[in-house]
Amino acid sequence: MTIDVNVHLSHWPFRRLPGDEPAELVSQPRRLGVQSAWAGSFDALLHRDLAGVNSRLVEDCRRHGKDFLVPFGTVNPLMPFWDDDYNRCREMKMPGLRLYPAWHGYSLNHPEFVKLLRKAAGDGMIVQIDLRLEDERTQHPLVRLQPVAPAPLPEVVAAIPRLRLVLLNHFGILKPELLSKTIAAGQVFVDIATVEGVGGIAKLLETVPAARVLFGSHFPFFYFEAAELKMKESNLEPAIEKAIRSENAKRLLTGSQ
Amino acid sequence: MIWDLHCHITSGFPGRTPEERMAQLIRFADRMGIERVCVYMGMKTIVDPNPKELRQQNDEVLQALSHWHDRAFGFVYLNPNYPEASLKELERCVRDGPMVGVKLWVACRCNDPKLDPIIDRATELQAVIFQHTWFKTAPVAQGNDNWTRLGAGNAPGESSPQDVVELMKRHPKASIICGHTGGNWELGVRVVRDLPNVAVDLAGSDPTRGITELAVRELGPERVIYGSDIPGRSFASQLAKVHGADIAEAAKKLIFKENLKRWLTPILKDKGMKP
Repeated sequence: MTIDVNVHLSHWPFRRLPGDEPAELVSQPRRLGVQSAWAGSFDALLHRDLAGVNSRLVEDCRRHGKDFLVPFGTVNPLMPFWDDDYNRCREMKMPGLRLYPAWHGYSLNHPEFVKLLRKAAGDGMIVQIDLRLEDERTQHPLVRLQPVAPAPLPEVVAAIPRLRLVLLNHFGILKPELLSKTIAAGQVFVDIATVEGVGGIAKLLETVPAARVLFGSHFPFFYFEAAELKMKESNLEPAIEKAIRSENAKRLLTGSQ
Repeated sequence: MIWDLHCHITSGFPGRTPEERMAQLIRFADRMGIERVCVYMGMKTIVDPNPKELRQQNDEVLQALSHWHDRAFGFVYLNPNYPEASLKELERCVRDGPMVGVKLWVACRCNDPKLDPIIDRATELQAVIFQHTWFKTAPVAQGNDNWTRLGAGNAPGESSPQDVVELMKRHPKASIICGHTGGNWELGVRVVRDLPNVAVDLAGSDPTRGITELAVRELGPERVIYGSDIPGRSFASQLAKVHGADIAEAAKKLIFKENLKRWLTPILKDKGMKP
């Protein structure tokens, strides 16, 4: 069983990705053995009407992936009405949020961002932070994003004990020492989607306990097979593989330690 | 089976010697179903190697190959900033040694005439020529001067696919592999499209969906070659570009092995080596 914690619906702003219609987005991971996928929406990167984005996300998940796609709505804490967007995500029974600090332009110690984290922690919402969707070297020159500065994370996490945080696409953003500190600061998880280097997941496990690693593919931006083959390349112990593929995500979703 | 165009023995592999690192490389290759690998550059990453460093880099690859001639091909690392030393290395490692290709990296843009004698001699020897290329977007911090031009983020000696086009216009009989498909592959593929003697290497970029489909659409499957760029990259992410592509199985076979084999066959035959 595999739970993929890192997929997106809708369209990447800069190109059509092969098979990026919702029906196919569901069918390929399913065919490849995924039982459940946590989905954000690419529309959340640039659209200003996040309430609309989030309700379409919920509707698409329901229509195309009932009992398969789990919607993670987006809130931009720089918007004056972010708490309304947040409340609507809760009303739509989303288990968590997916945030894009690089796209929405805030630092990881911005007071409104920290306030949002506190609120989510208090309400038992999982928070996913997507740290880098695309290699900076391939960005469209007219839409170049400042890389996320991760240094505030350990302090921010330590200050919010009930926060359940997932760092998506963390590789290359958090160097091992900072990653280790951030993981130790609270209930922090990372996914494998952008982990690189030969035997990359095995190397990641030298810094991050297996209980904090989640299977994420960054599909459909990445070929789904990349995540699957990374598991094979690292030749993990069956218990560790099972934890990464599904057990850690299940535990995170139910809120159990 | 799969042949990998683009492997290194740099520090991503544990091991104090080229042999130890090569053994690690083969261990992972076996796990991932890779039959043959092309290896170039030494234990350390050196951007602009002087003649002594070049020789050492190539010696380390020769050492790495020594127990794996049935699994690995060597490409000689050359630096056009040192044309004479590069030609000597070409003779030593390819004409007189077991290597079958040339690796050109980021010391000097490949549109520079300093490359001409290297390309001419490598072509005479039927060596496969591999040129690193990127079209890097300029980082935000770089400021706003001319930042929208293609490759504005490239390092000073770093080639783009456009430089490959200039080079090939001077060497119409040569063949060359355009490394990394230019990184920004939607641009790289189109830039080299009209040069039938140019193939693209899929290695060393994120496994972004669509790269292989677009390369096959524009170039045909015969001009697309799988490579990984390990150990900086994983075999996994790079294999996924082909395994996961929405292209015909026959095209995947060409990309995974047959195209590289076809490029290597003349020099292998010439050297009496089995493809």
